[in-house]
Amino acid sequence: MADAPALGRARAYGLLSWMWIRSSMAYRTSFVILLTSSFAITFLDFAAILIMFASVDRLGGFSVSEVAFLYGSTSLALGFADLFGGSLDRVGARVRDGSLDAMLLRPVPTLVQIMADQFAIRRLGRVLQAVLVFGWALATADIGWTWDRVLLVPAMLVCGTAIFLAILVLAGAFQVLASDAADVGNAFTYGGNTMLQYPLTIYPTEVVRAVTFVVPVAFVNWYPALHILDRADPLNLPTWWQFASPLAAAVMCGVAAMCWRAALRHYRSTGS
Amino acid sequence: MSLIEVDRVSRTFVVRRKTSTLRRARQVVRAVDDLSFTVTAGEMVGYIGPNGAGKSTTIKMLTGILVPSSGRLRVAGLDPSAARVELARRIGVVFGQRTTLWWDLPLRDSFALLRRIYRVPLTRFRQNLDTFVELLDLGDLLHRPVRQLSLGQRMRGDIAAALLHDPDILYLDEPTIGLDVVSKSALRGFLREVNAERNVTVLLTTHDLVDIEQLCRRVMVIDHGHLVYDGELAGLHAFGNARRTLVVDLSDPAPPVDVRGATVTRVDGPRQWLEFPAQASAAPIVAAVAAGYDVADLSIQEPAIEDVIRQLYLDRR
Ligand SMILES: Nc1ncnc2c1ncn2[C@@H]1O[C@H](COP(=O)(O)OP(=O)(O)OP(=O)(O)O)[C@@H](O)[C@H]1O
Ligand SMILES: [Mg+2]
Repeated sequence: MADAPALGRARAYGLLSWMWIRSSMAYRTSFVILLTSSFAITFLDFAAILIMFASVDRLGGFSVSEVAFLYGSTSLALGFADLFGGSLDRVGARVRDGSLDAMLLRPVPTLVQIMADQFAIRRLGRVLQAVLVFGWALATADIGWTWDRVLLVPAMLVCGTAIFLAILVLAGAFQVLASDAADVGNAFTYGGNTMLQYPLTIYPTEVVRAVTFVVPVAFVNWYPALHILDRADPLNLPTWWQFASPLAAAVMCGVAAMCWRAALRHYRSTGS
Repeated sequence: MSLIEVDRVSRTFVVRRKTSTLRRARQVVRAVDDLSFTVTAGEMVGYIGPNGAGKSTTIKMLTGILVPSSGRLRVAGLDPSAARVELARRIGVVFGQRTTLWWDLPLRDSFALLRRIYRVPLTRFRQNLDTFVELLDLGDLLHRPVRQLSLGQRMRGDIAAALLHDPDILYLDEPTIGLDVVSKSALRGFLREVNAERNVTVLLTTHDLVDIEQLCRRVMVIDHGHLVYDGELAGLHAFGNARRTLVVDLSDPAPPVDVRGATVTRVDGPRQWLEFPAQASAAPIVAAVAAGYDVADLSIQEPAIEDVIRQLYLDRR
């Protein structure tokens, strides 16, 4: 298989997304409106949590800053994943209108083209909001900073992004084969994100098990956060689980890449 | 050496049909069935067949979009589906039915983006672009987004786009669909030139036999996924059940003439039309008519290629 080097892929991604940015800039006002509204909507989302904390002191044993830490970290991870791979939920439409065929004809890996497809800067709205929330959490939460905790923060964000991206790719692979099927990826990414915004201690243990062992989104922020915020694990898993996010991310990405390739091998195009 | 090798290739599709609200029947469609052929560098081959014969499926396999269910494929020495990204630099593809360009981008920007994606050196790109703009008359279209172009204009844009990176092979799936007579003939001229001057190997499907007559020495006919004819266009006449017509003008109106090997299909006063198989020699029939009747004039009509093909498709229903 003639794999383009990583640099070549990044370049191609840059070329294609830049093309989309430029063509969306053509409608500058709508671009600004979209960016602001996406920022405002996500901000209202966090405001709901603040309002809740007006009447309670702790949620599942977590203070408002600590919940902001969870909220900010998962939102950042999803924000980045959505920024780079948000177009993966349109694979089905790309199959139906035949443009996936066109992508398969270009000397750039198809996944890179799909991810850059209709690259939208307005997706930065969510990232921006998450940066603010996460920054506020880091500044105000009571964290005993040690070097391992410091290192765990960027590792958590990178792995979290990778895990969400892997889910988006898996859902995209599914759409290659079943282009008419409803998009199931968003249920896992947005659904997972909404769950992870709160301490998992508020959910039944079966749910925590499910997001650990079945769809391991808990590795996006929950396990590293247990170590950073110095909390006990409700499932009593060994301590190394709190450092296992890279492993979870690697497994997820590996599975996603395999499924994506298998999906393209079984791609059937359209009849016309 | 052959540039394209297709060796016993098949491709099936499993389709599920709703027979009632709950039941679904599984059906296997053999879109391409045990197909073999080779194409040599520099050839321009016409690939024809009735609707649903498997032409587009073949092209999608040759480009690596579809993986064959069985058989062996080599294009420029590469296995298309396994080395798809590598092969992409060496082929150009035009699907007449839909564009491969970016809908919202002006044609010029689409071309510039393709240059970067294919890493075409700037000087070469400019040369190619200038040539195509002139030959395909794209000058006034360059600044227009693809979605604003008419079908024929878009097709010209697509063809230029497919050739910008100097591919060795050009696949054209119904490139003349929906074009007017003038555009068609301009496009044919362009393709002839691309094939001759740039030595691009061309495989084209079409339902317009004039395309084939004017462009391709070799024609392949596919039906139900099988190759049913592969050879010179002229040879098609002799193939299948094509029939030639002997038009006889007798000196006086007469009942239908009776000679071996030919049947009268029409009588109009002194003129009679006799049909006989295209591959049979006309000489004995002419001799028999001349010997038995008082003949004023004789002429032989070759079957139109359209009729030959129609007969071929019909016979295989
Ligand atoms: N994605 C698909 N899913 C199911 N069946 C398909 C698919 N693509 C093609 N087919 C079937 O395969 C057969 C061959 O189709 P193909 O598109 O190759 O025909 P074609 O020769 O290009 O026809 P046309 O002249 O109408 O374009 C048809 O019976 C078609 O219904
Ligand atoms: Mg077709």
